[in-house]
Amino acid sequence: MSKNPEFVKFDKVDKSYDGKVLVVKDLQLDIAEGEFITMLGPSGSGKTTCLMMLAGFETPTHGEILLDGNIISNIPPHKRGIGMVFQNYALFPHMTVYENLAFPLRVRKVEKDEIDKKVDKALSMVSLNGFETRMPAQLSGGQQQRVAVARALVFDPAVVLMDEPLGALDKNLRESMQYEIKHIHESIGVTVVYVTHDQSEALTMSNRIAVFNDGKVQQLSDPAELYEKPVNSFVAEFIGENNTFNGEVVDIDKDKCKVKLANSEILANPISVKSKGEKTTVSLRPERALINPSEKMDNMFTGKIEEVIYHGDHTRVRLNLLGSSEFILKVPNSTSNLELKVSQDINIGWNSIDARALDPK
Amino acid sequence: MSSETKQILTTDGIPLEVSLKKAEKKNKIKAFLLVAPLLLFLVITYIFPIGDMFMRSVDDKMITNMLPKTFKAMEKWENLEELPPEEVYRSFYEDYKLLAENQQHGKLGQRLNKEKNGFNTITKKLFRQIKRKKIDESVSIKEQINKLHKRWRNVEYWLAIKRTAPPYTMAKYLKGMDMYFAADGSITQVEEDRRIHRILWLRTLEIAFFVTLFSFFMGYPIAHLLATLPMKYSNLLMICVLLPFWTSLLVRTASWMILLQQQGLVNDFFVMIGLVGDDNRPEMMYNKVGTYVAMTQILLPFMVLPLYSVMKTISPSLMRAGKSLGGTPFVAFWKVYFPLTIPGIGAGCLLVFILAIGYYITPALVGGASGTLISNQIAFHMKTTLDWSFASAMGLMLLTGVLVIYWIYNKLVGVDNIKLG
Repeated sequence: MSKNPEFVKFDKVDKSYDGKVLVVKDLQLDIAEGEFITMLGPSGSGKTTCLMMLAGFETPTHGEILLDGNIISNIPPHKRGIGMVFQNYALFPHMTVYENLAFPLRVRKVEKDEIDKKVDKALSMVSLNGFETRMPAQLSGGQQQRVAVARALVFDPAVVLMDEPLGALDKNLRESMQYEIKHIHESIGVTVVYVTHDQSEALTMSNRIAVFNDGKVQQLSDPAELYEKPVNSFVAEFIGENNTFNGEVVDIDKDKCKVKLANSEILANPISVKSKGEKTTVSLRPERALINPSEKMDNMFTGKIEEVIYHGDHTRVRLNLLGSSEFILKVPNSTSNLELKVSQDINIGWNSIDARALDPK
Repeated sequence: MSSETKQILTTDGIPLEVSLKKAEKKNKIKAFLLVAPLLLFLVITYIFPIGDMFMRSVDDKMITNMLPKTFKAMEKWENLEELPPEEVYRSFYEDYKLLAENQQHGKLGQRLNKEKNGFNTITKKLFRQIKRKKIDESVSIKEQINKLHKRWRNVEYWLAIKRTAPPYTMAKYLKGMDMYFAADGSITQVEEDRRIHRILWLRTLEIAFFVTLFSFFMGYPIAHLLATLPMKYSNLLMICVLLPFWTSLLVRTASWMILLQQQGLVNDFFVMIGLVGDDNRPEMMYNKVGTYVAMTQILLPFMVLPLYSVMKTISPSLMRAGKSLGGTPFVAFWKVYFPLTIPGIGAGCLLVFILAIGYYITPALVGGASGTLISNQIAFHMKTTLDWSFASAMGLMLLTGVLVIYWIYNKLVGVDNIKLG
């Protein structure tokens, strides 16, 4: 079976609520069948608006949304056949778990036996068998969450939308639910469009991530590429931790450039800079910088430790390096640990390929 | 480990348990003192008057106190088909003589006349005989009284006296339901053309029911709008809903009179748009229409506010969920939204119905003859006939009715399902 790479398609979609400000600008996004795609971005970046347009609760101001090749902009939400998991679950408080799950089937006039079968299957998928007669208020947050997921899947929709579904759960539960949702997705192969502002959630769950900011998709790629190779400084900043240096390109060739900082120069990997004299922000992941590197690295500097914070599995070290006191290092907690003390001087090194010269902040 | 727990002592050496109880007791007394004024107020202004009302409605002690000997003697009157024995006559004569000396005999005559028509004449006759000292106490009183008037020889009249013996009576309640104690003591309905109270009760229920219904159908959309509109509009709308609350009830009713009368604004408008002819203006006041219109308007806020407070708590995402799961907007409303508003509907309907059932001013002013309610009848007996015990009895019947409705409601919907705000 060949998967349709343009199962859901946003075609030049604009959205404005007040006619003055565009909250979504010229959105072009293709979602493949069976894909788990996450829309990630800070609040107000337009990601939830996109989801609401796909669900049918908002209409695009301009452009079209296509589902499996059909324009759906004029189809009301109840005819789209798209499952949705809401931020606060939106379980019907006056119905039992069974009735909640049966609701989408009953409105589709499915027969009673068939409903029983499907509800049972959906509940076993989220391992909640035996909870049929409970009311939502008698369930814990995690259980309510599972019911909401089961309800969105029970009528076999082609696409399931999830609007920050794990936002109300505590950290541990959230992590286990992430895996659970991921496994459900893998086992039934439904297309999932997931909205979150939590980057670690996006990284663990998705096939691809669309990073939203300012109504635009800043980068659309798989999690590894997004983390390792951010295309601009917003993505670099938003995904994971990041050390930045602002400077000016003074020399550039194919895979290296020299960036002049306030009082020193570093070598970096030119990503979005093209020529000399351009302003740039150099981004470096904390784990790519090493203390007292054994091998030769093309950036070697000495910094002074300002703060040491113990995190259990790793230690965070804040350094004063190259005139910035915000340089962060992550030191894994291994037996060969160094003695790290405040106001100690240490040698730091990194490869220029990991220091990405991006657009200026 | 031993299962015995050691007694915990405070630093003063007093067992902690005792010390805790002491502290709690102090708090309880404090809490009670705080609510005591309210409790006292409630007792004085609510429980006591209701108790007093109840006593008044069943009280029939006046006559019991007037004829003590008679009623005592009547206990021995066994064959009720025949006239009572001499002893009863003698006791009645003695009681009556005492009343005549104290100028109380008139009251007795009136009271007995209410029990059975014709008593006034024959007691007055007896009074004149006593005044002229024409009764000879040394011979049979029975014969002398029987000779005074043929009615004294009728056992019905003596039975009527006997019926007034108990110090408490349910007669007023029966009267409220157009019934009375017949001569033989059985409960009988009054003639069909005199059953005014039953009509009033039914009309009161009917008007209260329809006013509740109209308020519900008008209030539900308003409350929904209030709960979903953005703040700046909903505040304005809220003021419109509450505006009637800030206006005197009398003023509101009077303005309805201006609007609804035959030469009023509404009729003028109907004539202007050609809906009715100028010589054929419909009567919209001094009948049920006036009562319906004015009462619905006045009671509407009591429907809107509980509905609003419930709707405000319903997350809009529930309706969205209903639609995204495939329900049409109507199904989503009917299966999801509506059931969640039932606590508000219950509270609003109960409130409006109970208020409507005892409504007084509005029906009195715009109701006319066919639009008055039981409360107007109560007021009539309070102010005009001065039959306070009857007014009390009807008031209590109204109260009982409300409690019954509350009980039915509790059975059907459950009182814990009410949400007033």
